[in-house]
Amino acid sequence: MNGAQDLGGMMGFGPVIPEPEKPVFHAEWEKRALAITLACGALGQWPGDRGRYVRETLPPIEYLTSSYYEIWTKALLRLLLAENMISSEEWEAGKALSPAQPTKRPPLSLERVAPLLAAGTPYNRAPIAPAQFKVGDKVRTRVTNPTTHTRLPRYARGKTGVIIEVHDVFVFPDSLAHGKGEDPQWCYGVRFDGIELWGADSDPHLELVIDLFEPYLMAAS
Amino acid sequence: MAHSHDDDHNHDHDHGSELSEAALRVRALETILTQKGYINPAALDAIIETYETKIGPRNGARVVAKAWTDPAYKIRLMRDATSAIAELGYSGRQGEHMRVVENTPELHNLVVCTLCSCYPWPVLGLPPVWYKSTPYRSRAVIDPRGVLKDFGVILPETMKIRVWDSTAEMRYLVLPMRPEGTEHLSENALADLVTRDSMIGTGLPLTKGHAR
Repeated sequence: MNGAQDLGGMMGFGPVIPEPEKPVFHAEWEKRALAITLACGALGQWPGDRGRYVRETLPPIEYLTSSYYEIWTKALLRLLLAENMISSEEWEAGKALSPAQPTKRPPLSLERVAPLLAAGTPYNRAPIAPAQFKVGDKVRTRVTNPTTHTRLPRYARGKTGVIIEVHDVFVFPDSLAHGKGEDPQWCYGVRFDGIELWGADSDPHLELVIDLFEPYLMAAS
Repeated sequence: MAHSHDDDHNHDHDHGSELSEAALRVRALETILTQKGYINPAALDAIIETYETKIGPRNGARVVAKAWTDPAYKIRLMRDATSAIAELGYSGRQGEHMRVVENTPELHNLVVCTLCSCYPWPVLGLPPVWYKSTPYRSRAVIDPRGVLKDFGVILPETMKIRVWDSTAEMRYLVLPMRPEGTEHLSENALADLVTRDSMIGTGLPLTKGHAR
């Protein structure tokens, strides 16, 4: 969706403020926000892509004025309410009023933390069709404005580039985010010239590589 | 007096309101979720400890230092980064599909995620605030030289800049150029020169006299 998360090329946000490697967290609540988000994700009620989509649906003004951990926790609350894992009455009261719903996976135990983080969640899948493009192929991205989740940024729609990598077949976020299954798709690294994306004023020595799924691409001559 | 009191009150309120609202939301979530048994406080503490003390940019620095000193490792790293990084014991969440991109005298690489905050956790830990912020995510793709200037990095005007927008499942680590005059340094000493920012592309490695 054309939400506030799709930031590439926007202007007016001011300078980037560098920071040292430590501290990792800047407030105690940020630690809890990270851990709660990961622990709730481990219950298996929603894939990561749905989590991303729900973050994108925060109203733009709210998204742009929230820190990233705030965006995470605001989206987490929406997910928990949508899944009936907590009720709005419980959120109002600030305490549990009813038993937990069954979840796909059991609550994350201390023993499962290290193996879970070390394993991660691989998203590659066996191909069900050959890749439509190969390295060196010229491609054009589709012009599309879905109201649903997509990983094709606005600044890269309707643009011509060259395949420089055929990565792998990955689950398709556009489908998985909406409960429509994994629908695995080939994913490519596509190189674009800065001038193609930004026009004649672009830095002539700039190029971008954007990882794009096959349904976003058409052959270009 | 009343006027002054109100000013003080407003000042305090404005100063702390956003932070406390965020903190209160998280506390309320943790309370309800714990009471219902969805989450386990000991597991939460273990997650936090992992990313505060075990998984951070020193992991990536070891990967870079090894690539600088071991040509066979570098070949494996460039060919299959996920496996080569796993050789050093780093794998898992947000690093399932890794790719290393190499800086050269002609090409500088910069990594961003314009759509969210995709970042290679096993080698760099959790992303810094600026990586997830609107200024970086908006500008890195259109004005990377301006972003680099914010970090005090100025590259030759004709050096090519390649920006990687990690929009899908690949996670990127920049292999910076080994600083000159470091031929005799050990792998450990070299790792001390490798900053987090140099592995994102917003910085360069430290030089010999300025090790961390």
